[in-house]
Amino acid sequence: MSTTVAGVLFTGSLVFALAVVHRPLGDYMYRVYTGTRHARVERVIYRLVGAHPETEQTWASYARSVLAFSAVSVLFLYGLQRLQNHLLLSLGFKPVMTHQAWNTAISFVTNTNWQSYSGESTMGHLVQMAGLAVQNFVSAAVGMAVAIALVRGFARKGTDHLGNFWVDLVRGTLRILLPIAFVGAIILMVGGAVQNFHDPHTAQTLAGAKQAITGGPVASQEAIKELGTNGGGFYNANSAHPFENPTAWTNWLELFLLLMIAFSLPRTFGRMVGNARQGHAIVAVMAVLAVTSVTLLSFFQLAHHGTVPTAIGSSMEGVETRFGVANSATFADATTLTSTGAVNSFHDSYTSLGGMMTMFNMMLGEVVPGGTGSGLYGMLILAVVTVFVAGLMVGRTPEYLGKKIGSREIKFAAAYFLITPVCVLVGTAVAMAGTWGRGGMLNRGAHGLSEVLYAFTSASNNNGSAFAGLTASTPFYDTALGLAMAFGRFLPMIFVLALAGSLARQGRTPVSEGTLPTHRPQFVGMVAGVTVVLVALTYLPALALGPLAEGVR
Amino acid sequence: MRLPSLIRRHLAAVRALLVLTVITGVVYPLAVWAVALLPGLHGRAEGSRIERDGKAVGSRLIGQAFTDPRGNPLRQYVQSRPSNAGSGYDPASTGASNLGPEDVVDTLPRNPADKAREIAARTARDSLLTQVCARSRAVGALEGVSGARPFCTPGGVGAVLSVIGPRDREGHVTRPTRVVSVNEQCGVVSRPFVTAYKGVRVECARAGEDYAMGEMVPVRGGAPARPAVPADAVTGSGSGLDPDISPAYARLQAPRVARARGVSTARVLAAIEDNEDGRVLGFIGEPRVNVLRLNLELDRKYPYRG
Repeated sequence: MSTTVAGVLFTGSLVFALAVVHRPLGDYMYRVYTGTRHARVERVIYRLVGAHPETEQTWASYARSVLAFSAVSVLFLYGLQRLQNHLLLSLGFKPVMTHQAWNTAISFVTNTNWQSYSGESTMGHLVQMAGLAVQNFVSAAVGMAVAIALVRGFARKGTDHLGNFWVDLVRGTLRILLPIAFVGAIILMVGGAVQNFHDPHTAQTLAGAKQAITGGPVASQEAIKELGTNGGGFYNANSAHPFENPTAWTNWLELFLLLMIAFSLPRTFGRMVGNARQGHAIVAVMAVLAVTSVTLLSFFQLAHHGTVPTAIGSSMEGVETRFGVANSATFADATTLTSTGAVNSFHDSYTSLGGMMTMFNMMLGEVVPGGTGSGLYGMLILAVVTVFVAGLMVGRTPEYLGKKIGSREIKFAAAYFLITPVCVLVGTAVAMAGTWGRGGMLNRGAHGLSEVLYAFTSASNNNGSAFAGLTASTPFYDTALGLAMAFGRFLPMIFVLALAGSLARQGRTPVSEGTLPTHRPQFVGMVAGVTVVLVALTYLPALALGPLAEGVR
Repeated sequence: MRLPSLIRRHLAAVRALLVLTVITGVVYPLAVWAVALLPGLHGRAEGSRIERDGKAVGSRLIGQAFTDPRGNPLRQYVQSRPSNAGSGYDPASTGASNLGPEDVVDTLPRNPADKAREIAARTARDSLLTQVCARSRAVGALEGVSGARPFCTPGGVGAVLSVIGPRDREGHVTRPTRVVSVNEQCGVVSRPFVTAYKGVRVECARAGEDYAMGEMVPVRGGAPARPAVPADAVTGSGSGLDPDISPAYARLQAPRVARARGVSTARVLAAIEDNEDGRVLGFIGEPRVNVLRLNLELDRKYPYRG
């Protein structure tokens, strides 16, 4: 069987598995977030936290809880890294440098998992498991909570209440993420992922040299790293490392884990708004764009245009033998379409146009399917923008799911959309303006610009993957990218919650002759078109200076 | 009035974080670890170590270098891929080259005899193209096949010309005044891989001179699109710890390994077949050969008496 045919079957089998799982998992998540009963352990937690699970919050109160929890998380994670030399299982590592600890704390709390450090030489086991991996769970649960709050805004009428953040956070963590991650971790161990608490173990190689085999609680962290679309590797090599991703089929499993929640949440959305077809429309937009993207990226990688790939005879630089070019391209596509950012091959060495696709995927705003939770709310914002554009065309007040999209609503949606491009383009411009930024580039010319553009795109969209040639562990990049991650995460969240509050207060407009149906293929095509056009208009000039200049002759 | 609710909210956040840290950051990894104690899983969770005569020789999943201390291949062993993890296959420093697809111009060393030190000090650097060409030439020489590749000089560096002169409307240089082969250093090569380009004599390159004002033209040459030396033999992996090579690269090495061990090539090929893994279910991943397992089998069956 040729690599291309095998690659098509590989991607096809993933699509099939996701189609099978999206319904039961989406229904399960619907029950998790709408159920009224609390498990005993959850009641204990609410008592410890001092939260009243029956009391619902307004959008502002919900947002303040999100921000308080995130702020406390940043401080805790920062402190843990700075004090790691006094803690257990530190492996003898020094405290993490101040700017790097700030960057890493923001990075993991914002679900970005951009890594300016190298895992195996910086972080002790305790910081990894009780700091970084905890944020892998809770940052994903926060994203899902905000998405569910927005869906409640659509589903409810005449109320100020959007649910209780603490309940959504705890349920998302305990009932959704934890059980799936536990099963995932055990299957990964069967494949060979390690789970121990050892210091490095020295072996004497056949050639007579010493090789330090590293240890760590890797399997438990790897499972949630993919499931929560986090992406921060235990080791520097991330999912290319044989202890994180030991074999060809664990690669399939990791892809499945990182896509499953984001592709299932539209089903949850459809159930919550009382019309499953609305969920199908949203998932169809995601699927159409994702399949197009994976096809293009795989084509560019397998065709291997460019000087060095032609000399090599394939796109094998930075690619593991067990995965090969096709499966690596699928992984690169999925990791940038979701906000995961884990890598099983190194994007910096991809063909110019293949590398551009990974960037373009992130520039879509992490919505097809996007991160756990953040993908759904991002896509719903684009649906709101689409009905607004459609309403302008026919001269009617736009409506979505029986809610009027007035000037207040569209301002929130527009502000949401504008934040990320501002962070990306201003950040890149500032970096290119001086040696503080240009000094970090490994490659020359257009490819060097791509490295910087990629970094700010990745940080602002909370993806976390990199054109890893960039030396990002400098005070400038740690600080600037930290700011991009924080703005790119929390400002959009505030606008989403504000929009949710405004929608929930409205009544419901009955469907009339002039209502644009939002569950038909026509609407799917419109949302997909609006998404691509908005992104292309925003980023084409920047892409033209980087990957397009390099790849088009 | 405002302050107490602010503080109350943050105290709730602290407590929530601590509770969730205990559950997801302590209980969860310990629970997975407890499952890892089960027989059958335990060895894998410990790192799939391989022992020989009671001593750990490595991990089934982690590649290693089969070279002497100076980095020259040991002829009795099947060689792994090139590695960018530290000084090669160092699990404490994993990673890839991160060099791009158009990284074709070297930074030449001031003193070519001292190139390794200058590379370490980052005052010199081989482009990805030159790394690929140099590896291809070395593997070709070791295995007795042609190491020629597209865009490579016969000397094993990137075949790239800086064509200097006035630019036409599309930015090309059609009437060069000067042409330099940028990766061929004067004194290191006796003469450039082409003598003339568009009627202008091609010069060798000097360290410290900047040829970036010219149009960079990679020269394809006549090498076949599918060279004799396979792709994985000339590229670094993602992790730098790749335990596998392609079956094609393994078979390419069989005659040399067989000669070193004094057995027939057929026996080495049979050992390669023993250690070859196909695609899972026929379509997941790529066919591959685990190098450490293969070399252990060769040592066991056909010990090297060097």
